Amino acid sequence: MLSQYVPLLWLLGLAGAVVGGILTATTLLGPKKPSKTKNAAFECGSGSIGDTRQRFSVKFYMVAITFIVFDVEAVFVIPWAVVSKSLGWVGFGAMGVFLVILTLGLVYEWASGGLEWD
Amino acid sequence: MEALIDIALIPILKVVVVVFGFAMAIGTVLTWVERKQSAFIQRRVGPNRANLGPITAFGLLHLVADGIKMILKEDIIPDGSNKVLHMMAPALGLLPVMIIFAIVPFMDFYCHGTNVVIDGMDYCFAEGGIGAGVVRLDELANPLYNPRLGHYFQIADLQAGLLYMFAVTGVSVYGAAIAGWASNSKFSLMGGLRASAQMISYEISMGLSLAGLLMIYATIDVNDIVREQGDLLFGFLPAWGIFMQPVAFVLFLTASIAESKRAPFDMPEAESELVAGYFTEYSSMKFAVFSLGEFVAVVFIAAITATLFLGGWHVPWLYADGFHFGFDAWTGGAATTTAEAVSAYAAANPPDLALPYPLVVFLRIGAFITKTILLCFLQLQLRWTLPRFRYDQVMHLGWKVLLPISLLNLVVTAFFVLI
Repeated sequence: MLSQYVPLLWLLGLAGAVVGGILTATTLLGPKKPSKTKNAAFECGSGSIGDTRQRFSVKFYMVAITFIVFDVEAVFVIPWAVVSKSLGWVGFGAMGVFLVILTLGLVYEWASGGLEWD
Repeated sequence: MEALIDIALIPILKVVVVVFGFAMAIGTVLTWVERKQSAFIQRRVGPNRANLGPITAFGLLHLVADGIKMILKEDIIPDGSNKVLHMMAPALGLLPVMIIFAIVPFMDFYCHGTNVVIDGMDYCFAEGGIGAGVVRLDELANPLYNPRLGHYFQIADLQAGLLYMFAVTGVSVYGAAIAGWASNSKFSLMGGLRASAQMISYEISMGLSLAGLLMIYATIDVNDIVREQGDLLFGFLPAWGIFMQPVAFVLFLTASIAESKRAPFDMPEAESELVAGYFTEYSSMKFAVFSLGEFVAVVFIAAITATLFLGGWHVPWLYADGFHFGFDAWTGGAATTTAEAVSAYAAANPPDLALPYPLVVFLRIGAFITKTILLCFLQLQLRWTLPRFRYDQVMHLGWKVLLPISLLNLVVTAFFVLI
């Protein structure tokens, strides 16, 4: 049944060609008059201060790590959801244990302040 | 020759019509709608100057004028930026929302055989071959894709349709994240960081809110989900996702608006704090590609919400042969062969208002497009009605409100499905 994916190749090719065409056209058609001020990164009109690639808040890492945990949860939950009718109460019980453990994790992270942004 | 038409010509035609003729066209017009709508809400006139002599078409010509202007502007690449990534980022912002349209079904497959409606479901039988030797209704499944039997009004009829959707929405984070990183500007970097953190946070609620729907319909094929919604609840109410899973509807719509970074969740591009967020350093058509991507995402959210929760292409009570306002239960009857049982059932349940099949197809495509456009309006209306959240409120809503509610919704749904 891989043939059902063939239209995706056409879609990817056509969409890629159109987007690539737009971006190439705008690069070729526009004027090219670079200057030092124009090419400077925008920082409210004043000169740029310091390096851009600096450290940022650890909270973004916290979100990313929590995301991985719950995204993996979603990866397990969705297949179960599709066949939950045929798995019956056994599947419900097994997934219930899994969900309770993850919910405890969420509660722990919540209680220890991992979800706070202030 | 026949094979060439099936594997090349028809898919290409579908891509052109759906992606360029529907998604991008509506997305482009939405940029005008949004400007005009905000003007009405704020008691302004809105865009009305672009003209061809006396023709202004309510400012619609601004779309053409904007396009020409944008493509002729200088493409500025800031010093110290990563040139390759800076060039790639707009493409990565627009491409995912274009290829995600592959799974949007505009209609059930066009049946070239005989249509029979049994207990709220359309069945398509090849000429003379009404389910040979099958007696139980659940064995009487809809035929799998077969060009001889019908063509889908969908680019790719994927059995794993919703998984494809989850996969592509996952990829769509990269556009904003890479644009923010590659620009070498502090505003862009902050915008990119906010965008990625926000998008991954809401992706979870989006996936988990749909899990309840998948339990009820027991499939991830988008076509089958829509077909199941043709059923009637309590004999009169269409079994649309919004009636089966009202909580999931709200969760999904909220999470997907947050996922598309639109107001009231437009923190990554909050102009009062971050200038324009991750696309601050983009000019010319590259900027337009980002904003077009945002509007095409609006169209996709509208289309997929209509598909999953508002019955997709279903007109309430309209089936393949006309309007039915109720059905007898399928028993199989006293007949020995399915052909007889199906014929007897069809004779006992004629449509209350018979309509020719081509008209039904037309009405269904019209219904789907109408639902999509109404949901687009809803999203634009939300943008101009609600104020922007603070970033801590956005993350609070995602992790402490939507996630627990979607987990609860999941467990409660699982319980009720099994009862």
